[in-house]
Amino acid sequence: MFSNRYIFIYATILVVVIAALLSTTAKILQPLQERNTRIAKIQDILASAGIESTRGNAEQLFDKHIVDQRLINRHGKVVSDGRHAFDIDLRDERRRLQDIEVGRSNVEPVFPLFVSENNGQRLYIVPVLGRGLWGPLWGYVALKDDFNTIAGVVFDHQGETPGLGAEISEYWFQDRFIGKKIFDNDGKFVSVTVVKGGVANSYIPTEHGVDALSGSTITSEGLSNMIKQSLANYVQYFENYRQEILRAEAAKIEAIRLAEEQRVQDSIALEQAQQRERYRRWQQQQQQLQEQQDIEVQKTIE
Amino acid sequence: MEDKKQPLFSPTNLKLLTKPLGKNNPITVQVLGICSALAVTVKLEPAFVMAVSVTIVVALSNLFISLLRTTIPPRIRMIVQLMIVAFLVIIVDQILQAFVYDISKKLSIFVGLIITNCIVMGRLEAFAMANKPWQSFLDGLGNGAGYGVILLIVAFFRELIGSGTLWGYQVVPQEFYDAGYVNNGMFILPPMALIIVGVIIWIQRARNKELVEKN
Repeated sequence: MFSNRYIFIYATILVVVIAALLSTTAKILQPLQERNTRIAKIQDILASAGIESTRGNAEQLFDKHIVDQRLINRHGKVVSDGRHAFDIDLRDERRRLQDIEVGRSNVEPVFPLFVSENNGQRLYIVPVLGRGLWGPLWGYVALKDDFNTIAGVVFDHQGETPGLGAEISEYWFQDRFIGKKIFDNDGKFVSVTVVKGGVANSYIPTEHGVDALSGSTITSEGLSNMIKQSLANYVQYFENYRQEILRAEAAKIEAIRLAEEQRVQDSIALEQAQQRERYRRWQQQQQQLQEQQDIEVQKTIE
Repeated sequence: MEDKKQPLFSPTNLKLLTKPLGKNNPITVQVLGICSALAVTVKLEPAFVMAVSVTIVVALSNLFISLLRTTIPPRIRMIVQLMIVAFLVIIVDQILQAFVYDISKKLSIFVGLIITNCIVMGRLEAFAMANKPWQSFLDGLGNGAGYGVILLIVAFFRELIGSGTLWGYQVVPQEFYDAGYVNNGMFILPPMALIIVGVIIWIQRARNKELVEKN
């Protein structure tokens, strides 16, 4: 009924028409979609710093609260090559890191860091990226200015199981991370682990562990790995920065100590001067007394 | 056929719309689309979004295939059907991403599942290839709705018993939990969806004897 020729032409036309329609739609809708993803990213960053935003005011709040965007290299130094931390695609940087580790290339990766300020409190926001059970996981971890305590987190996923792994994007789960610490008491980087079966039943200290969701073992593992791997790239920077803060703190303490010393010395000098003065007066008095006595003695003799 | 003279919503046409809701339900009677019924029925909200998306895709692909039905060479008809379905699904996904981003984020995983949904291909093969566009469109709507109803019933029980919530809102009061009530984790896992579907089929066939297979 249909010749081969007809079938070939039919298939070709259909493919071309559908491809044309699809690419036109994609092209027309692209600006809208890009704006949507941009706003979603802004909202995630703000949410990790505990700032509520709507799709309408997100950009405005971002300009107001995100006071600095930094790029950090592997050695914990801030680099500036004209790019904005916001525009960095973490996936590309990860690939560069892998390439450089196996010696395939020597393009240095950079890692974005956002600094937010809200009610006088500074938070340092680190983007994280990892893998769950069905696809990528990503999010933002906001650290307090000790670079240790977690102030807030936001996680999202592409296709984790609804009702199980997908719950990582719910607030009640993310709230479990608040107040956890990424360094132990000796200053060693230990990250925060999502613990299957509960932190209380494990050997992990409470400040480094979070209870996992039931029925989502692989998502939980992915989450732990994501946080650890992503934060690991910043550890050097945090150390440097902390050293800097410690040095500044030490300098401040030294200055206070010196001032105190000076004050003590001053007061000692004052005391000594007063004492000398008293002694001088006493000597004078004694002399006057002696003179008087001498005069009286003279009178009685006369 | 004397379809030309029929009004748009004649009894025969309406039957196309209502039959899949009961006696010819795609899930419980035709036993199609079971896989996605397992995947998206943990919560009511994704189940609802999936039901609506599938309905739109089945109805529109039925319409397009029915319009093209006389020109499609039988030897490549499956490929042509698949292309139309994939085309519609991608368009739906793109539009959702551009205009209702929040919903599209939740839906992204299910969109892929629509392409593989047996109901879509099943209706194209069984109905759209042999019927007029309007009837095909109604048939698509009916089957999408029939699929959606079962999805919502299953999701209702799974969310209520498995998570104690409905549409994300807590419905089982805290006093129950205090008194020792525990959410049934079994309902979150896929096998429970299969069991609920089985129970629905059982109830339906117990009430409607003509559905019972004779062998």
